[in-house]
Amino acid sequence: MKIVKNRKIFYIISTIVVLVSIVSLFVFGLNYGIDFKGGSIIEVVYPIERPEINEVEASLSLAEFKGFSIRASGETDLIVRTAHLSEEEKSFLMGALSGGGKWPLEQKRFSSVGPTLGAELKSKALLSILLVIIAIILFIAFAFRKVSEPISSWKYGLMAIVGLIHNVIIPTGVFAILGHYLGVEVDALFVTALLVVLGFSVHDTIVVFDRVRENLKKNKEYNKKEPFEETVGKSVSQTIARSINTSLTTIITLVALYIWGSESTKWFSLALLIGITVGTYSSICLASPLLVTIEERQRKKLGSRK
Amino acid sequence: MLRTRLTAAFILLVGVSLGFFVYFSEYKPDSKLGEWPFRLGLDLKGGTHLVYEADTSKVAFGSVGEAMDSLREVIERRVNIFGVSEPLVQVEHAGFISGNTSERLIVELPGVTDIEEAVKAIGATPLLEFKMLIDSNPSALQDITDPLQFMSHFADTGLTGSLLEKATLQFDPNTQEPQVSLQFNAEGKKLFAQITRENRGKYLAIFLDGAVLSLPVIREEIPNGEAQISGGFAPDEAKVLVRNLNYGALPVPIRLVSTQTIGPSLGEKATKDSLKAGVIGFILVSIFLLFWYRLPGLVAVLALVLYSLIMLSIFKLIPVTLTAAGLAAFILSVGMAVDANILIFERTKEELRSGKNLGEAIHDGFARAWTSIRDSNISSMITAIILYWLGTSAVIKGFALVFFLGVVASMFTAVTASRLFMYSLGFNLERRGGIIDFLFGSGFKK
Repeated sequence: MKIVKNRKIFYIISTIVVLVSIVSLFVFGLNYGIDFKGGSIIEVVYPIERPEINEVEASLSLAEFKGFSIRASGETDLIVRTAHLSEEEKSFLMGALSGGGKWPLEQKRFSSVGPTLGAELKSKALLSILLVIIAIILFIAFAFRKVSEPISSWKYGLMAIVGLIHNVIIPTGVFAILGHYLGVEVDALFVTALLVVLGFSVHDTIVVFDRVRENLKKNKEYNKKEPFEETVGKSVSQTIARSINTSLTTIITLVALYIWGSESTKWFSLALLIGITVGTYSSICLASPLLVTIEERQRKKLGSRK
Repeated sequence: MLRTRLTAAFILLVGVSLGFFVYFSEYKPDSKLGEWPFRLGLDLKGGTHLVYEADTSKVAFGSVGEAMDSLREVIERRVNIFGVSEPLVQVEHAGFISGNTSERLIVELPGVTDIEEAVKAIGATPLLEFKMLIDSNPSALQDITDPLQFMSHFADTGLTGSLLEKATLQFDPNTQEPQVSLQFNAEGKKLFAQITRENRGKYLAIFLDGAVLSLPVIREEIPNGEAQISGGFAPDEAKVLVRNLNYGALPVPIRLVSTQTIGPSLGEKATKDSLKAGVIGFILVSIFLLFWYRLPGLVAVLALVLYSLIMLSIFKLIPVTLTAAGLAAFILSVGMAVDANILIFERTKEELRSGKNLGEAIHDGFARAWTSIRDSNISSMITAIILYWLGTSAVIKGFALVFFLGVVASMFTAVTASRLFMYSLGFNLERRGGIIDFLFGSGFKK
């Protein structure tokens, strides 16, 4: 199988993409939504005529609002971000947005999150990602517990995790870039998307590993000596069609969700789309070849000891 | 064979009835099934979601739960006065299990988008008011349902709970009924005496948080500033009222930490868009299955229809509160539900290629694909459980719940139901090659 043979190429591709993601994370940082950092966001619609943004900005400055940002949305809407507002401050803001009644408007949505809640969300998000990763490594190690030749079962879990981390870093990096250039925010739903990517991308990995497990068992039964590299290669080529197809149906629904779905889940479906696509790639081109690499190293180590 | 077919027919029948159930309960709201509508979350139908943080630092450790419960009761009463349909008031406890750092109170007000008034009403201290009935007889009030019209029958007296010295719990010596006894302060005493002197024979209404507690008739002037409310209380109710009146405020102080308001038009659009994406996604997945997997693809589409109907019925029956994220989870799960089918069909094809006859190939296809289906679904369930557990908002919890239900339901439809359908097609299971290869083949190859 070419994929396992040419695994170095895929290692290089993945390393580059992961590095780019990490660099953009450090350079741009993530554009955290109000769920994370606290604050208020209000979307208003001007049914008659939307005033110019600088006029609205002037009106808000006049009312002594500080640290706000105004962005147009569609033809009639404005989205305004401010610090966490109390009820009085909010109605004050509405007044300023209407220019003291000059520009009639309606409120479309309003969200406000206090800073304590945001901090809690951050720690919960990290905790849940960590828990999912640990749970999956334990589960894979358990599911593959009877396979210990030529590499021990927990290494399957470990390699799956390498894939998982890869699958989480790339969409996060993409969102750092999107956040920098398009103002896309990272919110609680984004974390949800990452968790789903974790759960889903392990599917494909399990399918391939499961086949490796089966082929190893078969080889043992028939007393066939086969290099591990070949066993893994065979398993990958036997399962590649189904790995791609299972992801394809999910990707189809996600594309539908991204194009036609609700505005509020648009970026969520994009994060899933990136994560699941990357996940399919990594389970075929990364996690399984890594099994071979780790087995090779193990053999060399043993060899040098002898 | 007959048994297989009967069971398959039975499952189809269940599917058809679920379809009828979903259809009629949604489009014929007046029929008996109309009792089970979809329950839409605030982001879909518009409304306000408020999160309050309760300061329980002054409450003794063991009685935090109790304090939060009475807080919920008070807030619930106030929200109900507000005239919102189906409001939701619930407590989220702090602790390791919930992952919360503080005691929270969640208030959901569907349809309310002007939150200023709502927030004021919720955060206010209990309001005890004395109002005069304008009519000579309370029977005039009987048929009034509109709260504004109802209030127009009363005149303010200026006497409120702020003029109270203290409230005590007493029992009527004759009936043993609990009573709330009020003692006004100096100013209140004067006002109360004046009111009772000038309005003899009239009805004085006692309002708590805008609702009439009792409507006694004034028999004589009361100069000592003492009044009794005997509103047919249960002892506990009277006790709570006394406490509320004495301490004025809520059992624990609360602070608004998060607000979310979605206008109804935005919610409607979100619902419509989600539906559209769902239908398109479903059709695209079906087309893919039919073209790529041919006959088994058809079986998978059938299983997918069954899956969707089961999920929609579950949403109605439990009921699951649907949010935009929940709908996204459902649409996503349509793509994932067929994963098991794909694994099975690919495996069946492989077994056919290795020279097995159709019966063996189908059997082995299901049997061998099972371990990877089981393992991958368990990993999804783990994710869903952790998401639900640590999910910070109703949106994420809703997503996790739908995701979990989807995984479970799809295991049934994609494995059990499709196997039954497959066997009931009535192929000669001994056959191999020829038309079987075409029907069970895949892709663009013959």
